[in-house]
Amino acid sequence: MSLIILGELQTGMIYALMAAGLYVTFRILDIPDLTVEGSFTLGMTVTVMITSAGYPELALLIAIAAGACAGLVTAFLQTKVKIQPILSGIITMTALYSVNMQIMGGKPNISLYSAGADTIFIKFERLTGLSANNSKLLLISLIVAAVIALLILFFKTRVGLKIRATGDNEEMVRSSSINADLTKCLGFAIGNASVALSGGLLCQYQQYTDINYAVGMVVVGLASIIIGEAFFGRRSVTIGFISVVVGSTAYRFIIALALQVKLFDPYWLKFISAVIVVIALSLPVLKTYFQKLFARLKNERGNA
Amino acid sequence: MSAAMLELINVSKTFFPGTVNERKALRNVSLSLKSGDFVTVIGSNGAGKTSLFNAICGTFFVDSGKILLGGKDITDMPDYKRAVSIGRLFQDPMKGTAPHLTIEENLALAYGNRGGRHFFAVNRKNRAKFIEMLAALELGLENRMTTQIGLLSGGQRQAVALLMATISEPKLLLLDEHTAALDPATAKKVLEITVSIVEKTKTPTLMITHDIRAALEVGTRTIMMDEGRIILDIEGEERKNMTIEKLLQLYSKESKKQLLNDRMLFEIEKQ
Repeated sequence: MSLIILGELQTGMIYALMAAGLYVTFRILDIPDLTVEGSFTLGMTVTVMITSAGYPELALLIAIAAGACAGLVTAFLQTKVKIQPILSGIITMTALYSVNMQIMGGKPNISLYSAGADTIFIKFERLTGLSANNSKLLLISLIVAAVIALLILFFKTRVGLKIRATGDNEEMVRSSSINADLTKCLGFAIGNASVALSGGLLCQYQQYTDINYAVGMVVVGLASIIIGEAFFGRRSVTIGFISVVVGSTAYRFIIALALQVKLFDPYWLKFISAVIVVIALSLPVLKTYFQKLFARLKNERGNA
Repeated sequence: MSAAMLELINVSKTFFPGTVNERKALRNVSLSLKSGDFVTVIGSNGAGKTSLFNAICGTFFVDSGKILLGGKDITDMPDYKRAVSIGRLFQDPMKGTAPHLTIEENLALAYGNRGGRHFFAVNRKNRAKFIEMLAALELGLENRMTTQIGLLSGGQRQAVALLMATISEPKLLLLDEHTAALDPATAKKVLEITVSIVEKTKTPTLMITHDIRAALEVGTRTIMMDEGRIILDIEGEERKNMTIEKLLQLYSKESKKQLLNDRMLFEIEKQ
């Protein structure tokens, strides 16, 4: 059981970087970005190829750059070609499927394990001499903490503030001297870079990449963000990023628990995630509905 | 005479030319503002007041004529580049501020690099300046620097928006009925703040208002627009001797048309 907890903690934190990337577009820029499914896989495919060639650290850096490029393509379609935000994400995601297949040389999945390639986790384990699980957890924690800290700091800088303002009041930003198209591009690049890093880490962690791995990833990311906000509320960006990590980990635990008690078959996972997101997004509507209902009941009782 | 800060030379703009909806928004408008000019702009709805502002800001490009700001020809410059040197405030307090950013973050956004290069947008140095500026408003906002702007009242938001529009020391300030959406007491307060800021900074200012009394009392000069033209431009003695009644008379003589829309009538009846 403790092994399961450790495993869920590890994957939860890896996925936290994906959710943090989605947080940048979905919450900070206020645009739902479907590129994520493509850029997550892009991070995985790039990493699997370069890691098998023997460069696991470089693989992650290239994955970050590749993810940023994918985000830039979506932002370009949105700001310059004026395609609707959701559609531009779908277009990039769809196109990335072919790109990802090409990167893997036409194979739908590749294993690092069978190739016997070193990953950063194997290297770190050798370096620290810790047990496999502990060294994995330590390395993941360090990377996630560093990335989240960087994101938090970045969004307090002048450029970061401009990106946040763009998502908050675009009209104001456009009538001031800020180039809103540029800030959107930056936001999309940063968001998808974080997503691709998450994909790259997961690839090295499980030593395996599959072309269809990221199907439904956006909903998982949204569920993580929303669960995090259930704990912390929607407040500043700093708390937002921290809550995303908590939410992502909590999401893994919830799913693992449900699977442990055999509540449902694993293939129902995506359905459950979708339901979580629907419930969370419908809360404001439900709230006003119930408020009206209670007010009416109270009135009726008062009149009786 | 000091050099003109803003100069419009024969500016014209027609919307939907050649169609049944053709509308001449600006007709040969020429206007010159020098440092310290605080011009109130009046005119009925559709007279071209906001079109004048939009032309200056580059919301649209004009059909003919030239616009110069600080001696530089900005006629063909895109709007976001002009925005560096133009501060603009709208009627809707929601337009000028980012609701989920804090007061200090909003101010830092407008302040930009002027406090020197720092890693963080909000830092010790510019925070001190923000506190000083907010304290001058006498609204108690200096104690609420980390409050999200969305939680403030309309008047407080507009006061912060006014600071944001002037903090970057623009070459020109455009106020588009910025007190019209506020309750009378708050509107008065925001107008007072406006006057004190403009007088202190000497920023050339254009202020659209529907309050004719304020138009004559506030500022140094008044222009009246009708059908895309400036039909009256008074300052100094002439303006001092002007009364609301005379203004209305003059208006009907100049354009032979009813000046009053419902809101102006309401304002006058109140007085």
